[in-house]
Amino acid sequence: MKRTGISRFLLRQAGKLALLLAASCVITFILVSHSPIDPTQAYIGADLLRVGAEQRDAIAEYWGLNDPPLQRFFFWFGSLLQGDFGTSMIHRAPVSEVIADRFLSSLVLMITAWVMSGILGFTAGVTAAMKRGSWLDRAIQWYCYTLSSTPTFWAGLLLLIVFTVWLPIFPVGLGTPAGVLAEDVTWLDRVRHMILPALTLSITGLANIALHTRAKLIDVLGSDYVLFARAKGEEGFVLFRRHGLRNILLPAITLQFASFSELFGGAVLVEQIFSYPGLGRATVEASTRGDVPLLLGIVLFSTLFVFTGNLLSELIYRWIDPRIREGQSI
Amino acid sequence: MPLLEVNQLSITFTQYDRGLRQKKVPVIQNLSLAVERGEIVAVVGASGSGKSLLAHAILGILPHNAAVSGRMAFDGQPLTPTVIRKLRGKRIAFVPQSVQSLDPLMRVGDQVRQAVRTGDPAAEQQRAFAQYGLAPQVARRYPFQLSGGMARRVLVSIATVSGAELLIADEPTPGMDPAVVQETLRAFKAFADKGTAIVFITHDLEAALTIADKVAVFHAGATLEVTQAADFEGKGERLRHPYTRALWLALPQNGFAIPDEEAGETQICSLKHEA
Repeated sequence: MKRTGISRFLLRQAGKLALLLAASCVITFILVSHSPIDPTQAYIGADLLRVGAEQRDAIAEYWGLNDPPLQRFFFWFGSLLQGDFGTSMIHRAPVSEVIADRFLSSLVLMITAWVMSGILGFTAGVTAAMKRGSWLDRAIQWYCYTLSSTPTFWAGLLLLIVFTVWLPIFPVGLGTPAGVLAEDVTWLDRVRHMILPALTLSITGLANIALHTRAKLIDVLGSDYVLFARAKGEEGFVLFRRHGLRNILLPAITLQFASFSELFGGAVLVEQIFSYPGLGRATVEASTRGDVPLLLGIVLFSTLFVFTGNLLSELIYRWIDPRIREGQSI
Repeated sequence: MPLLEVNQLSITFTQYDRGLRQKKVPVIQNLSLAVERGEIVAVVGASGSGKSLLAHAILGILPHNAAVSGRMAFDGQPLTPTVIRKLRGKRIAFVPQSVQSLDPLMRVGDQVRQAVRTGDPAAEQQRAFAQYGLAPQVARRYPFQLSGGMARRVLVSIATVSGAELLIADEPTPGMDPAVVQETLRAFKAFADKGTAIVFITHDLEAALTIADKVAVFHAGATLEVTQAADFEGKGERLRHPYTRALWLALPQNGFAIPDEEAGETQICSLKHEA
């Protein structure tokens, strides 16, 4: 009974994912084919003067750019289904390789920011709610409201000014030191380059989780079961651990998993500011320089990424919350 | 000396009226009550008469906007906030009115075990469950998997496993089936016989009379009368207050009688008015 419930859930999610990916394929294809980017132009780039009109026509013909849109779509979609994402024009490498390479360096950045914002945000929210009305609570709220109305790129610029210009502690940008051979780069160098971007992502990301946790804990503290717990002589940390923590941890975790889209969106901006060689920066390059295959590949990949986050948050709810886990079996 | 003594207790809530103007709303006025060891005092009154607030005041869990005046003493010791915090859950136990008082994400067996102060928690919990007719596997369930009556029995278990000397039960029986109500009342009686003092807050006069030694009749935030349970008999000639008499005569076995004496009439009218 319970097993079929889970497998039916997974089957339905797989169906959703297939629909979602198909829809984003169609929409991005339409958007890109109507965009002002001329693929031939983008391909030729600086060699513009040396390539004649006939040659351009030949390239367009070779690529099938003169075919009807539907035919082009099915050609692209067909190769996609065979795992062929095409070749990135900027990087002159298969799109899947570029994405895998860039995603790895983004992943470290995003995971660090995600964990930091989760832990710091949760702690700040709990502190504010437990000390509700105190100066500490007001300070945390002030910080959160300020940060949630701060654009990520602006926060990044501020950190750059403070920590690289005024106090030159961290490098200004890039993922590794400039002028050093790839095999000479130590992991410490990588960490040093990652700290500022990760910090930017997490200080803006934590406001959301902190405010949410604070509101949720205040609800819990006003509940009948906390009143009863106090009547049973529980107070302070024991009361929080027994009744507060377990009732706010679950919404906080799911919120954090559901925030993958903001994380990715934030990474795009932050990597741009810090010239950090991750997937976010690859996105911006692909779109400004007309690398259509790479752009389409990244769109599909990020769809998958955000979907995974949402799926994980739903799965965690099902695993942890007894009201859903055991609700079906009774 | 009574174990619990409440003297001239008044509770006032401060509320915001319109805009920033504050308003003081008195909810309990000059309430006095005394409970001896081994005694069951039923506090009977209509819903909204402030019965639960009396319990919350004794336990020190009133909301912040409540102001309390008067004297309360436990075992001769004045009940200040510090003293209450040390006593509750140890020497004073509480059965809350709301079934939402169980933590929704904790197995009910664990919630009972956490309340045990002396002895083996698991054994105490199993004993209490057996006594109130809860199957052993109920301990593994979460509150959402219990019926209202089962949840109340869990709440009663929590209060009774603590081994407290004073038990304050706020409407512990609604939603239970009659047999379980009888079992719960018998359990209260057994606790009282072993020396526990019990404040039994209820709107069910009939249930209260089956176990109570004294009955405090409560109306609109004040005790009208504290009387011996034995006085509730016949036509209520020994009951002093017309409201008490009206309450007694309105019971089914007394023929749902509505008293027609002039004093009773005014009380009934005011009662109807509030309902």
